[in-house]
Amino acid sequence: MMSWLPENVSTYGGEVDFLFYLIYYITGATFLLVTVTMLTFLIVYRRREGRRATYSHGNTTLEIIWTIVPAIILVVLSFMSQASWARIKGHAPPGDVEVQVTSKQFNWEMTYPGPDGKFGTGDDVTLENQLHVPVGKVVRVHLRSKDVIHSFFLPNLRLKQDTVPGREIPAWFQATRAGKYEIPCAELCGFGHSGMKGWLYVHPADEYEKWVKERWPSS
Amino acid sequence: MYDGAMGPEFYNAVFTMHATIMIFFVVMPILVGCFGNFLIPLMIGARDMAFPVLNMLSFWVGAVSGVVMLAGFFVPGGHAAGGWTSYAPLTAVTQYTGVNWGQNLWIISLIILGISSLMGSINYITTIINMRAPGMTFFRLPLVIWSLFIVAILLLLALPVLTSALAMLLFDRTLGTSFFLPAGGGEPLLWQHLFWFFGHPEVYILILPGMGIASDVLAVFARKPIFGYRAMAYSMIAIAFLSWIVWGHHMFQSGMNPALGTGFMISTMVIAVPSAIKTFNWLGTLWGGSIRFTTPMLHALAFVSMFVIGGLSGIFMASTPVDIFIHDTYFIVAHIHYVVFGGSVFAIFAAISYWFPKLFGRMMNEPLGKIHFWLTFLAFNGTFFPMHILGVGGHMRRIYNPLQYEFLQPLQPINVFITVSALVLGAAQLVLVVNFFWSLFAGRKAERNPWQANTLEWTAPSPPPHGNWGDTLPVVYGGPYEYSPPGVSEDYLPQTQSRVPHLAAAH
Ligand code: HEM
Ligand SMILES: [Cu+2]
Ligand SMILES: [Cu+2]
Repeated sequence: MMSWLPENVSTYGGEVDFLFYLIYYITGATFLLVTVTMLTFLIVYRRREGRRATYSHGNTTLEIIWTIVPAIILVVLSFMSQASWARIKGHAPPGDVEVQVTSKQFNWEMTYPGPDGKFGTGDDVTLENQLHVPVGKVVRVHLRSKDVIHSFFLPNLRLKQDTVPGREIPAWFQATRAGKYEIPCAELCGFGHSGMKGWLYVHPADEYEKWVKERWPSS
Repeated sequence: MYDGAMGPEFYNAVFTMHATIMIFFVVMPILVGCFGNFLIPLMIGARDMAFPVLNMLSFWVGAVSGVVMLAGFFVPGGHAAGGWTSYAPLTAVTQYTGVNWGQNLWIISLIILGISSLMGSINYITTIINMRAPGMTFFRLPLVIWSLFIVAILLLLALPVLTSALAMLLFDRTLGTSFFLPAGGGEPLLWQHLFWFFGHPEVYILILPGMGIASDVLAVFARKPIFGYRAMAYSMIAIAFLSWIVWGHHMFQSGMNPALGTGFMISTMVIAVPSAIKTFNWLGTLWGGSIRFTTPMLHALAFVSMFVIGGLSGIFMASTPVDIFIHDTYFIVAHIHYVVFGGSVFAIFAAISYWFPKLFGRMMNEPLGKIHFWLTFLAFNGTFFPMHILGVGGHMRRIYNPLQYEFLQPLQPINVFITVSALVLGAAQLVLVVNFFWSLFAGRKAERNPWQANTLEWTAPSPPPHGNWGDTLPVVYGGPYEYSPPGVSEDYLPQTQSRVPHLAAAH
């Protein structure tokens, strides 16, 4: 119904979107409740000649209710969120494809391990700002940074993860639809932060095969 | 690349300094510095703060800090451009931003401000504990004093953490240490932990005085006792404790262990509960009231409703999976401004118009006050509400030119709308400036207690002379919110008025 979020093309993106809309409806209802109550009170209890305000210092039952009810809702939300969080950022499933993404002012360097599947060997290939992956496969990304903190953001895949110099941070995604998607940097990283972006190419299986063949013709 | 009137380096310095100045040199000094110093002695029935000399020192050290911060605009390389959060290593090595002395002065200024805040907070705490008038028990304190008391404790404990982190950052920049630099064995995330360990209590430092002010103003103009006075005080105390264990919600996507993220999500969800309690009690205060829509009341009502939006948007970000998407987008910018502008700044407006007669002995102009309120309220929402939509569209914060991104092109009309609203919002503040200065010289003379309020400041002359009261200090007989009590012909009962026996027993 609403299309504020950009198109989701990730396996776990639906969980993020579900939680977003769930919280949207809960907070929206709360907002309406509070606002309508407030406006009603403002109208009904506006100053009028001859009426004196009710002298009341509060009500313990009400205090208990409006402490417990929000607390329960928020704890339930935490538990629901926790399950998705663990799936997305906890243990990644084994990767079908592995890529190293290294950020530097103001570029993404994508390093592919080549046919031997190992990084740091002669058949590695590094491309600037181009991430080529097959559709429907689990892609594991090893995030590093050469200088400052950047943030690897795939809006359409509902993935965001900062890259931190001195660390290697794992992330993963599985695209459900082929296409070309932007990879902005989401963390302020200097004067060239704006415009620091790459492209994610999600290829259908045959097209991906072709791309691999062109890159590593010998194998 | 798009070439605007200002380059990207300058743009980065502009948003960095906007936030730095607004937080450290506008909201904190006005709410805590000015109103704290003015209201604490007057509302607890003391002649002055406990340590007047320390107070003066705190002021002048703060002024020096402000001068150092301003000096940063005039050094080669420009002012700090690493964001108000100043994440290392970006800010730890000059070549990463090209800013050298701007960043150093930014650090030095905030270190000096930390010293000023330390002196001020010790003074506030001592004054409130030691100098209350006879009969002014803790649970007879107005909520605004409660809030300032709690804020002073948070300041005392939080600012030194920032000061230490800033010193480490300065050493990394100038002495060759590597606290935050991985090449020398340092840890970039340490900066974030230290900064947000200060930073989250800091955001409550910004909002708590506003909560106190709104409570006082709502009770006066609803002519009703505050609903759930103790719940109000306890929820502020709860916020003060919980604010120490939620800092990690700023770091969900930072590379911190995701298991820690879960812990911080739960604590963050829990800290929303006292905020909810306060909101419902404000509604309870309006229920059954006899509401007067004066300028201070309108601002206090705006405070409540805007704070609700800011608190509710916080829940989205508290949910770790949702935060994956909206972290570092305009959704965060919307949240910040609903709590700090919609909250703290509307509270400042409420406080100025409410205490103006006491401060200067004259009333502010009501029609001008209302024009200012409505223009600000509408333009504020026009400016900041659409930022939620930008954020949900994925629009990153702190970017110079969104048109560099294909997926942001469709959102551009929203950006334009925001710009226009922001210009209106800025222009609307001229009405306040005009009203302020016009009323200062030509406003109607104010009597002692123009709002018919109960708290002690209204028993002093307007403006209060040195020492606040003449020969005798006020004596307190009851709570601050006895509005429309039975058995009294007026609809208020000042704290200094002795009670008829059956009423006195109840309080
Ligand atoms: C209901 C209570 C609140 C909750 C659940 C909440 C939650 C959050 C969360 C999770 C973030 C981090 C989001 C991110 O960067 O991804 C955040 C940021 C922020 N919050 Fe709140 N918040 C609440 C109330 C407040 C209040 C009362 C204030 C201040 C008066 C405040 C000021 C801020 C600021 C300034 C930031 C952004 C800092 C930055 O990155 O520049 N929040 N909030
Ligand atoms: Cu970057
Ligand atoms: Cu926080």
